[in-house]
Amino acid sequence: MKILVPIKRVVDYNVRVQVKPSGSVDLDNVKMSMNPFDEIAVEEAIRLKEQNKAKEIIAISIGPAQASETIRTALAMGADKGILVQSPERLEPLNVAKILKAIADKEKPDLIILGKQAIDDDCNQTGQMLAALLNWPQGTFASKLELNGDSITVTREVDGGLQTLALKRPAIITTDLRLNEPRYATLPNIMKAKKKPIEQTTPESYGINPAPRLEILETLPPKEREGGVKVESIKELVEKLRSEAGIL
Amino acid sequence: MLRKSSEAKKESVVKDAIHSAAFDWTDPLLVERALSEEERVARDQARGFLRETLFPRARDLFRAEDFDRDIMREMGRMGLLGIMLPERYGGAAMSHVIYGLLMREAEWVDSGFRSVLSVQNSLAAHPILAYGTEEQRGRFLPGMASGEIVGCFGLTEPDFGSDAGGLTTRAKKEKGGYRLNGAKAWITNAPIADFAVIWAKDEDDVIRGFLVERGMSGFETVKIEGKFSLRVSLTGMISLSDVFVPDENLLPDARGLTGPFSCLNKARYGICWGALGSAEFCWHRARDYVMERKQFGKLLASYQLVQKRLADMQMEIAVGLCGVLRLGRLLDEDRAAAPAISLMKRNNCGKALEVARVARDMLGANGVSDEYHVIRHVLNLEAVNTYEGTHDVHALILGRTQTGIQAFT
Ligand SMILES: Cc1cc2nc3c(=O)[nH]c(=O)nc-3n(C[C@H](O)[C@H](O)[C@H](O)COP(=O)(O)OP(=O)(O)OC[C@H]3O[C@@H](n4cnc5c(N)ncnc54)[C@H](O)[C@@H]3O)c2cc1C
Repeated sequence: MKILVPIKRVVDYNVRVQVKPSGSVDLDNVKMSMNPFDEIAVEEAIRLKEQNKAKEIIAISIGPAQASETIRTALAMGADKGILVQSPERLEPLNVAKILKAIADKEKPDLIILGKQAIDDDCNQTGQMLAALLNWPQGTFASKLELNGDSITVTREVDGGLQTLALKRPAIITTDLRLNEPRYATLPNIMKAKKKPIEQTTPESYGINPAPRLEILETLPPKEREGGVKVESIKELVEKLRSEAGIL
Repeated sequence: MLRKSSEAKKESVVKDAIHSAAFDWTDPLLVERALSEEERVARDQARGFLRETLFPRARDLFRAEDFDRDIMREMGRMGLLGIMLPERYGGAAMSHVIYGLLMREAEWVDSGFRSVLSVQNSLAAHPILAYGTEEQRGRFLPGMASGEIVGCFGLTEPDFGSDAGGLTTRAKKEKGGYRLNGAKAWITNAPIADFAVIWAKDEDDVIRGFLVERGMSGFETVKIEGKFSLRVSLTGMISLSDVFVPDENLLPDARGLTGPFSCLNKARYGICWGALGSAEFCWHRARDYVMERKQFGKLLASYQLVQKRLADMQMEIAVGLCGVLRLGRLLDEDRAAAPAISLMKRNNCGKALEVARVARDMLGANGVSDEYHVIRHVLNLEAVNTYEGTHDVHALILGRTQTGIQAFT
C-alpha cells in the first residue's frame, strides 16, 4: 500500500508574527516548521508502515525551495521519498488540491493523509477539495484510523460524541490533534534521510497555474486586549452583557 | 563623472538595503541563516525532544540533586549519545557544528544534562574511538550510543585539578595487565558509570588510559553530596585500590597528556556552545519579565538601565554565537588549534555567567526562585566556568601563545 502525505511549511507555532506597516506579515527571518497537523499525518503513515500495513510513504510539499527542509524532516521521521513542487506563489487550497490530484493520478496511492488544516491560513479545505476532485471518500478530522484489508474505519470527534465512518480504499483522511503524538526524528535517521530521494517539480509540470484567485485586502494585527473590570452585582453584569457585549 | 554617479547609486542601494532589512532582535547577526538545512533539522528535532521531555523534569531533579538513569536511554534513543560516532558503532556521524548546536539546546534546558552529553560523547567515547582497539570499540561504543553503557572520565584528582599533568594515580605492569592505585575527584557520572576511563602514570611516568569497569575488585565510586551546581548531573569520587585491569582494557594509542587533552578539547568545544544556550535562556526570561513587570508606575523595560542590560546580553550572545559557529566550521575542516577552543571556552563561559547573574538580578526576588529557572542556570554556570579549564587557566594558555612564556608555574 502506498500513502501520500502532503506537508506544508508554515510559521512555527511558537512564533508571534509581526504585521509590517505595509500590511504584509513579516516572514523574513521567522522560524518555520512543519504544520503540526501534517506532522500527525506523517506519524500516522509511519505507524501504518511499522504495522506492515503500508509499503511506501511519499511526502509532498508545495512551496518555496526551503520547503525541502520540511520534506527532509518527514524523511527523517520515516517517509521513504519526497516530492517538492516548487512554487513561489501564495498557495490557495484549490490550487494545492489540483496539484495533489495530478500527483495522485500519477502515483496511484491507496491513501492520502493530510492535516485537517494549516496553522498559517487555517483554511481547512484542501483535503475536502482533493476528495471531490478525485471523487474518493473522505474521513476528515480523524482521531482514530484503522485499516482492515480494503476497508478503513475512521473515528471522528463531532459535537456530542464520536462518529465512526467506514470508507473504501482509496480514500482521503485528514488528521485531528488527538490522532497520535508525532515522534521526533532521531539523529541517525536524520543522517540516513540524506540519502533518500526528493523529486523536484513545479505546478506547471502538472499543467496547473498556481496564481492565487483571492486578493488579500488587508492584514491587521489583533487588537490589544484591554483589562477587565469587576462588577458589583448580577444586575450590573446582565446590563453590561446586554449593552456592551451585546450577548443578551 | 559617470563612474562617480554609478558609485553613488551603488551606495544608495546599499543604504536602502540596510534600512529595509528586517532586524531579528533574537538573532541580530542572522546566525540562523548561516546554518544548513541538515543542521537546522537536527537542531529542531533535538530541541523538541529536550524541551518537551527533559525541561519539565529539570527543576525537580535539580531540587532533589538526582539523576534519572532512564534519561540516558531516552537520550540514547534520540541519538544524542553518539552524535559524532561512526554509524557502524550506532552513532549519527554528525559534524562538529551539529554537535555544538545540540549542546546549546541541551544547556538551554540545564547545564547538567549537557554535562552528561559531553562526558558520554566526548570524554568517554572519544578516547575509545581515537586511542582504543577495534575490539574495545565494538565492546563499548554501541552500548554507549544507546545509553545501555554509561562511561565517565577520570583525570582530576583531589590534589591535581588545573595541574592535571601532576596526577599521581599509578599503573604497575603485571602479568596480563596492570595494577592501578589512586583516587579521582569530581568525576561527572561516576556514581552511575559502568566503566571509567582512568588516566594513570605507568612506571616510566607516562600517562596512559585504562578502561576500568564496575565490578573490578578495588574500584569504588562515591557520590559527592551538597553540590550546588549541576545538580541534575551526578558527580563522584573514584577510589582505585589494587584494581587489576587486564591488558585488553588499556588504550594502546594514548601516551602522555595529549590523550586526555584531545578528549577535553572536544568537550570544551561543546561547552562553548552550551554556555550560550544557558545564557540565551536567561536573557529571554529577563526580557520577558521586564516587559511585564511594572515598578514606579512603568514597565521595567522602559528604564534606561534595564535596556542597557538587555543590550549587553544581546551583544555578548550574538558575538559568542558567531565565534562558536566559526570555530565549529574550523573543526570540521580540521583547522582549529587548541588555543582557539580555549579562547571561546573562556569567552563564552565567562560571558554566559555574567549574563545569567544580571538576568537573575533583573528578576528581583523571583530571580532566586527555581520556578523561574534563572537561578538554576546561574548556579550551573559557576561550575561550567570552572571545569574543563578554569577561566584563568585558559587565560594562561592564551597568554603563552602570545608571549611564548608559560606562566603556570
Ligand atoms: C561539577 C564538576 C564536574 C566535573 N567533572 C569532571 C570529570 O568528569 N572529569 C574530570 O577529570 N574532572 C572533572 N571536574 C574537575 C574539573 O575539571 C576541575 O575542577 C578543574 O580542572 C579545576 O581544578 P580544581 O577544582 O582542582 O581547581 P584548582 O586547579 O585548584 O584551581 C583553583 C583556582 O586557582 C586558579 N589557578 C590554578 N592554577 C593557577 C595558576 N597556575 N595561576 C593562576 N591561577 C591558577 C584556578 O583558575 C582557580 O580559580 C569536574 C568539576 C566539577 C565542578
